[in-house]
Parts: sequence; structure tokens; C-alpha cells
Amino acid sequence: MKQKIAVQVDDLTVAYNYKPVLWDIDLEIPEGVLMAIVGPNGAGKSTLIKSILGILKPIAGSVTIYGKSYKKQRSLVAYVPQKGSVDWDFPTTALDVVTMGTYGSLGWIKRPRQKQKKAALEALEKVGMLAFKSRQISQLSGGQQQRIFLARALVQDASIYFMDEPFQGVDATTEIAIINILKELRKAGKTVIVVHHDLQTVPEYFDWVTFLNVKKIATGPVKDIFNDDNLTKTYGINYKVSIQE
Amino acid sequence: MSNAQIEIQLIASLVAIACAIPGTFLVLRKMAMISDAISHSILPGIVIGFMFIHGSFSFVDNITFLSSFKQFLITYGLESPFIILLAAFSGVITVVLVEYIQKTGLVKEDTAIGLVFPALFSIGVILIAKNANDVHLDVDAVLLGELAFAPFDRLIIDGTDIGPKALWIIGVILIITITLLIAFFKELKLSTFDKGLAASLGFSPVVIHYGLMSVSSITTVGAFDAVGAILVVALMIAPAASAYLLTTDLKKMLLLSVVFGVLSAISGYWFARFLDASISGSITTMLGFLFLLVYLFAPSKGIIAVMYREKQQRTEVSLLTFLLHLKNHDDESERHVNHLNEHINWQKVRSKTVLELALKNNMIVIDNKIVSLTPKGDEFTTQAIDYIITNEDAQIEDMKDDFFLFRG
Repeated sequence: MKQKIAVQVDDLTVAYNYKPVLWDIDLEIPEGVLMAIVGPNGAGKSTLIKSILGILKPIAGSVTIYGKSYKKQRSLVAYVPQKGSVDWDFPTTALDVVTMGTYGSLGWIKRPRQKQKKAALEALEKVGMLAFKSRQISQLSGGQQQRIFLARALVQDASIYFMDEPFQGVDATTEIAIINILKELRKAGKTVIVVHHDLQTVPEYFDWVTFLNVKKIATGPVKDIFNDDNLTKTYGINYKVSIQE
Repeated sequence: MSNAQIEIQLIASLVAIACAIPGTFLVLRKMAMISDAISHSILPGIVIGFMFIHGSFSFVDNITFLSSFKQFLITYGLESPFIILLAAFSGVITVVLVEYIQKTGLVKEDTAIGLVFPALFSIGVILIAKNANDVHLDVDAVLLGELAFAPFDRLIIDGTDIGPKALWIIGVILIITITLLIAFFKELKLSTFDKGLAASLGFSPVVIHYGLMSVSSITTVGAFDAVGAILVVALMIAPAASAYLLTTDLKKMLLLSVVFGVLSAISGYWFARFLDASISGSITTMLGFLFLLVYLFAPSKGIIAVMYREKQQRTEVSLLTFLLHLKNHDDESERHVNHLNEHINWQKVRSKTVLELALKNNMIVIDNKIVSLTPKGDEFTTQAIDYIITNEDAQIEDMKDDFFLFRG
């Protein structure tokens, strides 16, 4: 079966102060996969996502989303940044943060109205946070904050979801709640790309995986390529992970 | 009140509002010090503009393009907007330079700020000193401003006096600021809270950043005349910082900043009259005083509220310890009031506070100096321990209202 390619990355090189963080990355992400990007710290996992989304400027290479440049396909893509990338003391409520997900479809100057607010409330309900809609965001626990971020991505109603470490600093219950939502997204035919740290859970959560360490080590179905050989190549040490069937 | 008095207060209030709006976003973006840099480095822009108009540069008259441009400005009465734009431009240059130096990775942002603005400011100071005879500018006025003289500089069109020039300048700037705020509120909020998302949704954070920097620069120039370089910073930062401690809603924070700014402007004016001292100095004193009050008495973030909360939390931890002890020990000797002092090793005062709190909440009954848990106390203890072990928030939502301990 020939799958459609959701995201295509060609010869992507990104550097911070002339030091390459990503080196000549070629990557094809088929439509409808739930993919983990794994690699050690400093491997360029977040950088890869940010370059695909046009937040960082690569020094070489190109990225296409369903065959067109990201700028033209913005509405198809939702992004969940790392939780630590924002100031949670910002004076705003959970509902307001989720409503921010609708800003992209609104464009410049236009304000969110009843329709956008309704969509935000529905997304909050989906992640089980409706009761907290008026809560100031600093008054939420780490797991709740992550759910708010997820709801904000859901409200964008995109085809492709990029998430930067959504499981960082969340409790077990939230982790399960989040992964269930991600699996639901995949069932609905969406493509989900997650920067992931916990190697133990890769086979359980994901069906596709990309090994990254400045260069792309391997990419493909978890059942085919999630093995000690690739892990060792990526992490540089002899890595053994027991894969549960 | 005389006309001049009303005019001074009006100018001060408009300046305060115009500063409070960009100031709120600067505070939230943790860029307060940038306003300090801008307020100083607009000086060379102002001085060069001033000298250009007033003929201190002899080369201007030799270059046809420049001299006709100057003539154009004078003919259409555009001297002030020209100087303001030139000064605002040098403010934006500061931001560019700071970011450029910072991007080299050799020094941190605060160091970069400390390098850039004194350099630009000193160019302004030297230019003033070199041309002191031709130019009606002096360093004192630049640093402190002189609001008291503002009503003397009138705007006269076709022979009609339509009010002080400063009032018109700051009024126009304020209208521009408010229009931009209303139009781009959503974009400002998004890019301030989450730059990454803003970029991925197509709202360029760079465009919004420089938009805000330009507005801040123009506002600073407009306020500069009235309150001087040092006090502009106070008007931008202090109202926003005070408002930040009082609210968790961005719109309310903006509104409170504006109210605080105006309050300080008007009370500062009367304080200055009372002391017969500098108006701008008095306004800043009021700003500082206001912040102090908020810092002390703000209902949830104020220092007194925080101290009270911590004390309550300590007591509540003791209460929980005590309740847990009761739950774990059925033996009557373990539940005797005196045992509290001996065995749990608490001072009398603390034991008394804890017992009273438990009694007040109907969590225990004391019968003949023997303490027993009520069903309510028993349930509370189970729930609380459950929360501490599982860390699941949902179960204790209703307990948050009564107990500080669970409010995080």
C-alpha cells in the first residue's frame, strides 16, 4: 500500500552560531502515523520540529507539507511547544489559552467570537479540563497545563500535529489521557509527530519512529526498526531495551 | 484651578496612559530594562532633529535636498513630528543593536543594554554641550523634564491658540497607541505568551516585537518632554508591575495600569504643589508609593497575604499530622489531650491552635480530654492523605476553598 506523504524534509541543515544542530536531514513522514522522534539531549529533536514549522530558519534544505511549503499549509498543522517554553504566570485563563488555537484561522486583527469560544470549550471538554476553564493558568498542575496545551492544538482542527515532549513532568494519569487522545487522532486519519524521551514506552505508544542525533539515523515502522542496533547508533552506548510484544 | 493647572494635570495623565499601555507588555515580556535603554538613547535623535531644524548644521544649507526638506518641514509646521520620528528611530536602533550584540553570544542581554544606551545617550549629551549656545536644550531638562513649563509652549494655528503643544503631541500618540492596541490585542497577547505558537500560526513575532518597540519609542519621545528620560521608565514599569500583582486577567491588568498611572500623575501634581518641588519627581514618588502599597496589601500576591498563607499552611500541616495520628491510634491514652504536648512534641500554643481549628471544622470531638475523630474528620483525613500520595487534583477541588494547603 502506497501511503500519502504528509511531511517531507529534504537535505535540511540547521545551525546555531555556525554549529550544525541538524545535518542534512532527509525524512518522509507518511500520512496517518503516530510517530516518535527519539534521540539524546542536544540531538536536535525540537529543532527539527521548529524548522518544519518555520519557527527556525534552516541554512539549507526544504520542507513540504502535503507537497506545498509550510506557509501555504499553515492551517493543516497544529503545534504543541514544550510546556517550559512559556511563562505560566501570564495573566490569563485556561479557556483563553485554548482559544489562542483559533487565532490562526482568524488571521490578523479579527477577534475570536462565539464560534471560536465554543470550539475552545469543546476542546477543553475533550481533555477533561472543562471544570477548570476560568482558572488562572499558574493555578493548574503540570499535567493540567499540558492538557491545556493539547486542547489548544485540538482546537486548531489540523491534519498534522507536532508535539514537543508532551509527557514531560506530567503524572501517569495525564500521560495515559494524552496518549489516548493521540491514538484517537491517528484513528481519525491524522498524522501525529511527538518528540519523546521515554524509550520504554515507544513500542506501546507509537507505530512509527525516527531516530535522530544531529543526523537522521533511521525512520520507519516501530516493529521493523526499533531495535538495539539503531538505539546504539543513536545514543552511542550499548543500549538494550526490552520490547514488549 | 487655573487653566495652566488643569493643562498640566491633563498632560501628565495622558502621558501616564500612553506609557502604561506599552509598559504592560514590556513587563510581561520581561523587557522592563529595554524601556530604560530606549528612554536614554532617543536623546541623540532629539538633539540631531533639533539641530537640523534650528540650523546648527552648516552643511544642511549647502545640500539642496536637505535644505529644501528642512524648508518643507518648517513651512508645514512638521518640526515636532519630524523630531519625534527621528528620536523614535534612534530608540528602535537601540533595540536592534542590543539584540545584535546579544546574538553574538559573547555577552548577556543586560550587559548588551548596558553597553548600548550609555553610548548613544552620551553622543546626545556631547552634542548638547557642543551646541549649548544655539540649542534650547539642557541636560537637566533632558533627565528630569519640566512639566511646569509645558503650558507656556502653545500650539497656534492661523493665529488661534488651540492649547499647549505637549498636550497635542501626547494626545496624538495616545490615539495611535490605543488604536493599535485595539487592532492587535490578540496578536500582542499571543506573541507575548507564546512566541513559538505565534510564529507557527503565521503571526510573525519579529513584526509584533518591532511594532511594540516602535510604539514604546514614540511614546517615550512624547513623554520625554514632560517627564524626562529617567521618569519615563517609572511611568512605563511601575503601574504595570503594580497591576500585575492584583489581577490574573490581561485586560484588567491594562486597565489597572492606566488607572494607577493617572492616579499617580494627578496625586503627584498636587504633592509637588504642596512641597513646591519638581512635578515629575513627585509623580514618580507617588508611583513608588503606590507600588509599595500594592506589594504589601495585594490580596493574593502581596507580601502580607503570602505570609498569612504560609502561616495557615503550617497550621494545616499540623492539623493533618494530628488527624492522621488520631486515625492511626485507637488507644485512648494516645488520644488524650496532654499526649499532644508530650508525645507529638508540640508546644502548648501550637496544640491549642490545632485543636481549635479541628473543633471549628467539626473534625474532632473532645470528651473528657479524650479526642476522637468525627466521621467528617475521618473522611477529610482519608481524602487529604490520598491526595498527598496520588497527587491527583480532581478529588480535592472542593477542599481548596477551605484550606490553603491544597491551593498549591
